[in-house]
Amino acid sequence: MLSRVADSIYWMSRYVERAENVARFINVNLQLILDAPPGLEQQWQPLIDATGDQEDFARRYGAATQDNVLQFLTFDPQNPNSILSCLQSARENARSVREVISSAMWLQLNKFYLMVKLAAAAPMDLNLASEFYHEVILASQLFIGITDTTMSRGKGWHFAQLGRMLERADKVSRILDIKYQFLLRSRADAGTASEHIQWGAVLRSASAFEMYCKRHGRITPRQVAGFLMLDGEFPRSMLFCLRSAHASLLVVSGTAPGAGGAAPERLLGRICSDLGLITVDEIIQSGLHAYIDSFQARLNQTAQAIFERFFAFWLTPGPDANPPMPVLPAA
Amino acid sequence: MNALLPAESTRRTINGGRSLPWETASRFAVPGPAAPPARRRNLRFDGYEAGGFYDEMFAGNGEPRAAARRLLDGLRALPEGEILNRQQAAEQELLQMGITFNVYGRQDGVEKIFPFDIVPRIVGAAEWRRIERGLKQRVQALNLFIDDVYHGQKILQDGVIPREIVCSAKSFRPQCAGWHPPRGLWCHVTGTDLVRHADGQIYVLEDNLRCPSGVSYVLENRRVMKSLFPKIFAHSPVRPVAGYPAHLRNLLEHLAGDGVAEPRVVLLTPGLHNSAYFEHSFLAQQMGIELVEGRDLIVQDGVVRMRTTDGFERVDVIYRRIDDDFLDPKCFRADSLLGVPGLMAACQAGNVALANAPGCGVADDKVIYAYVPRMIQYYLGEDILLPNVPTRICAEPSDLRYVLEHLDELVVKAANESGGYGMLVGPHSTRRQRAEFAEKIQANPRNYIAQPTLAISRVPTIVGDHFEGRHVDLRPYILSGRDIQVLPGGLTRVALKKGSLVVNSSQGGGSKDTWVLADPPAAEPVRLQSEAPRTAAAEKEAVC
Repeated sequence: MLSRVADSIYWMSRYVERAENVARFINVNLQLILDAPPGLEQQWQPLIDATGDQEDFARRYGAATQDNVLQFLTFDPQNPNSILSCLQSARENARSVREVISSAMWLQLNKFYLMVKLAAAAPMDLNLASEFYHEVILASQLFIGITDTTMSRGKGWHFAQLGRMLERADKVSRILDIKYQFLLRSRADAGTASEHIQWGAVLRSASAFEMYCKRHGRITPRQVAGFLMLDGEFPRSMLFCLRSAHASLLVVSGTAPGAGGAAPERLLGRICSDLGLITVDEIIQSGLHAYIDSFQARLNQTAQAIFERFFAFWLTPGPDANPPMPVLPAA
Repeated sequence: MNALLPAESTRRTINGGRSLPWETASRFAVPGPAAPPARRRNLRFDGYEAGGFYDEMFAGNGEPRAAARRLLDGLRALPEGEILNRQQAAEQELLQMGITFNVYGRQDGVEKIFPFDIVPRIVGAAEWRRIERGLKQRVQALNLFIDDVYHGQKILQDGVIPREIVCSAKSFRPQCAGWHPPRGLWCHVTGTDLVRHADGQIYVLEDNLRCPSGVSYVLENRRVMKSLFPKIFAHSPVRPVAGYPAHLRNLLEHLAGDGVAEPRVVLLTPGLHNSAYFEHSFLAQQMGIELVEGRDLIVQDGVVRMRTTDGFERVDVIYRRIDDDFLDPKCFRADSLLGVPGLMAACQAGNVALANAPGCGVADDKVIYAYVPRMIQYYLGEDILLPNVPTRICAEPSDLRYVLEHLDELVVKAANESGGYGMLVGPHSTRRQRAEFAEKIQANPRNYIAQPTLAISRVPTIVGDHFEGRHVDLRPYILSGRDIQVLPGGLTRVALKKGSLVVNSSQGGGSKDTWVLADPPAAEPVRLQSEAPRTAAAEKEAVC
């Protein structure tokens, strides 16, 4: 597969996943506000923190009001991680590899983009906001479903899977980190209905509420953290995502399972081993924030290694093997 | 963010259910007819005027032409408002499929669909046979001509075409002299523009041999039409066009030579920002080949390779959609960033095949066009089957005199310009423009040809809530490999502006599906509908 094409597929898939995650964060927060006891301040800043774009937001918007945050995260064309920008980037990438992905995938992504673009053009009706974010999530899931049912499990599909799974693991780790810090600070709430609601929201941010309840029943911060990080069966847990990513990475690099492989495979393999063998109590003892911080650093390192191994190749000039061609005289 | 509810009047109910603004909006986002009235009248052909032009659907007496009868019956049988509904559905589908072209100079990434009109242009079986024979003859002669020009130049030595006309053609490539392209083929893919004049005769307007585009619209327009009018198709002997990508791939693989068991074929595009990018991507997908950009390729040891996630892989055949000028900075324009350094050397060493072959553009010079009838006579010993528009060549003294005396009635074209530039349309010109042109022609007669002003034919086209005639041309596509094949169909371009003769998409042109009909089977022809349907629903079921 062409390096340029692999690069585009990887990013197409990452951007769609990013848009879906942003929509889910926002939607959960919108719901959360409805359940919050009167007087409790609305919590919109953590959403900005979770995307890592605090500086840009503070500079251009100032206060983290609901309107500001929704605009910034949803429709702001200058924010490269807004839902609109993500879809624009996903679509541009898809457009450059239309011949590689299936027509059905392209059609769905294009419809998805047009839907968000049109929503961006009209003033948003807050009564319909929640429904809009829900549609975004559904459109992304439809895209993923179409990808899975129409694309051969060749390198293209595995690059898409790799991008999606790295993105998902990253976003889950961020939302957990931010919320965990915030909720630990408000210790007074421990064991109250409010805490229950807040941790329930964290789970919902990762579509994990129902599966968590089936597994653990009662909501405790420790078990929520453990579930989102280390559960081997839940498809949005950090461990699960990275195991899927690692499996795809082995396919695209042609590394036999069990062999160490090149830098990306080794880096990602090590994170998987760590997550697979550590317990949630060990993480909390040594500090959850520190653990996630180092996790994200290693994830970035992996992404960089993937870039260098597979994509950077087509950006480098090749050897200049041929002398200029002599110009033949006209007969 | 504004929390206002959209005014109730701007919200539309779809299927009786509630609709959300982004859904509602998406139904209106398509450029096309303005928001329709709640209840649509059906479009009728009553009162349709041929306007003194040759109409492709109706004969002079207002009667439908034989080939168009079934289509008209089908359209007339549609329920109220269906024609406009389907026109809108077609536009919606083209937009959603992203069958768009980029609008240059817009920051917000505005894309437009190439305007599409659902009333097809129909070509009867007998007429198509004549067109097909004429095109095959023409392409055969053009290929012989190009090969001759880069080798013995017999046609020049025999004085059939003046040497200086060929050697001064902008697209003549001295770099190709003496080179033998694979299988002796130069113009693998040709798009020839045809028009029909008021006399009913079809003429060749120009040949496009370099990178003729538009075939993707032929295929996609047809796909959309089949989904909109399945019943009409089921009952009409319309010849399919869907085989084109497979034929093209076979042709390209043929160029690799017999020694290569599984040749690697790629399509070379200038990139995402080229206005024909959709087509490049579409054809690569349909043929199942890689779409590459110049930066994906590299020439090593005289061999072309592409950069993959597994390293460099050899390329055997390149269907290039980049003009000669930009193909290889070492051989042609040194400032080209789109091409591949060393590509021409690899090509001339026989290590990679290019389609179309570099240098083939010499035959689509507008002045050389005028000599095609003589070429056909010279190489094939035949009379031309599909005539050229009668053309005066200003390089020939008697023609020059005639042109200067009749500027007010002729269309004058510069040899190396396209898209309507460097052109004088005599009947619409001022005395001053004619004087200026006369000077230009006298200064450089080689660069000009002149043709009579044509009254090109029209096809009914949806304009608002009724049909009006609009002028059309037709570009069939010809593939020359083992043999010469003409795609039974083509791109019908339509000038959407009233009275306009310019069909280019940059100047308000659109496209239509082109239905080439098969010969009816010897048995009784299939009847579309023997009994009038009773209800609108039944009618829809029966016909659409």
